[in-house]
Amino acid sequence: MRLGVLFSGGKDSTLALHLAAQKEQVVCLITVASKNKESYMFHTPNIDLTALQAQALGLPLVSVVTEGQKEEELSDLEKAIVEAKEKYQIDGVVTGAVESVYQASRVQRICNRLDVWCFNPLWKHDQKALLETLVARNFKVVISGIFAYPLDETWLGNQIDAAVIARLVQHQGQYGISPSGEGGEIETTVLDAPMFKRKIEILDSAIDAKGNCGVFIVKQARLVPK
Amino acid sequence: MILVVDMNWKRDSLAFGEFVSPIVSVVQPLEECVVKHFLEIDPSKLSCCTKIILSGTMLKDHATLKQVEKFNWVKTCGKPILGICAGMQTLSLVFREPLVNCLQVGMAEITTLKNNPLFQGDFKAYVLHNYSVSPSQTFEVLAESTKCVQAIKHKEKDIYGVLFHPEVRNQEILKCFVQSAL
Repeated sequence: MRLGVLFSGGKDSTLALHLAAQKEQVVCLITVASKNKESYMFHTPNIDLTALQAQALGLPLVSVVTEGQKEEELSDLEKAIVEAKEKYQIDGVVTGAVESVYQASRVQRICNRLDVWCFNPLWKHDQKALLETLVARNFKVVISGIFAYPLDETWLGNQIDAAVIARLVQHQGQYGISPSGEGGEIETTVLDAPMFKRKIEILDSAIDAKGNCGVFIVKQARLVPK
Repeated sequence: MILVVDMNWKRDSLAFGEFVSPIVSVVQPLEECVVKHFLEIDPSKLSCCTKIILSGTMLKDHATLKQVEKFNWVKTCGKPILGICAGMQTLSLVFREPLVNCLQVGMAEITTLKNNPLFQGDFKAYVLHNYSVSPSQTFEVLAESTKCVQAIKHKEKDIYGVLFHPEVRNQEILKCFVQSAL
């Protein structure tokens, strides 16, 4: 089966890509860049980095920009999947959805309309176990957004490792945050992963944070040998 | 031991983690369970399991609906069975009860129509289906949504079907099936 992965460049869509590639043929990445910072579907801090990540993976990227109005961004996603279907003859799409019925059901409806399969290989998986899988498989993932108490700017740019996972799980117990950011508490950016042929080196970055909200923006980056 | 039947179109598919693993995650802490793909079921070896759960599948996956003859064992095995989504649809076809078109995706309001050991009252559930069933000679309707039948029970056997996905929301229904004396 030829699949396109809905790709934000974060940990979940990158892990979903890896799982999909073990079972089926991943032929392209599909990215929807939302201009709306409040988007429940697509907003992620370093969405522009997906072009470089696609290069690192050696996969073509279908990318669309959306204004991010609630229903309009879904029709933009539909257009992107149609484009992937026409250009790369995909039979199905893969998402990194873990818990969000809101996101998963919207993608399911679009796929059903377009008569393509919709895979969610991380669906309902234990969030701590997913984070541990990333570390065990040598994914280099940095925290690129924080949006919940008690997270602050000291978390931004940190690589997810065993110590960071332990702190996130501790905050889950104390403050009820989702350790993998399912409630939008954290956003992540993947700089290296097993399928990456080259890894991403950050040359310039900036932190823009206030209280418990902030982003780590990659301003300049390049691909380097692994 | 609980037998969880993988209803996906092929063994070890990419959909396994989405439709089978979440069921195992709920069942395993309560009782030992074993997973078999529907094409691997040997009816002569079902005596070691106490109950059977048939998983759901992807919206586009109709493999079990086209191979209903592989499920003739459900009529004779004598074990309590719970079919989830495609599992319920397959159970209906096994007993020659036809499916009706009904697309629902997302959260739906479920209304219980008949007392049963698995759930009660009104609740919200996650649904992902293209087909439902009609009221029939073989099954009684236990619950419905505003659009279609959502749960059934065989009139003479401990065979249950839910169209909604209790492994996604309402995991207590799955636990109840595993733990109750059916």
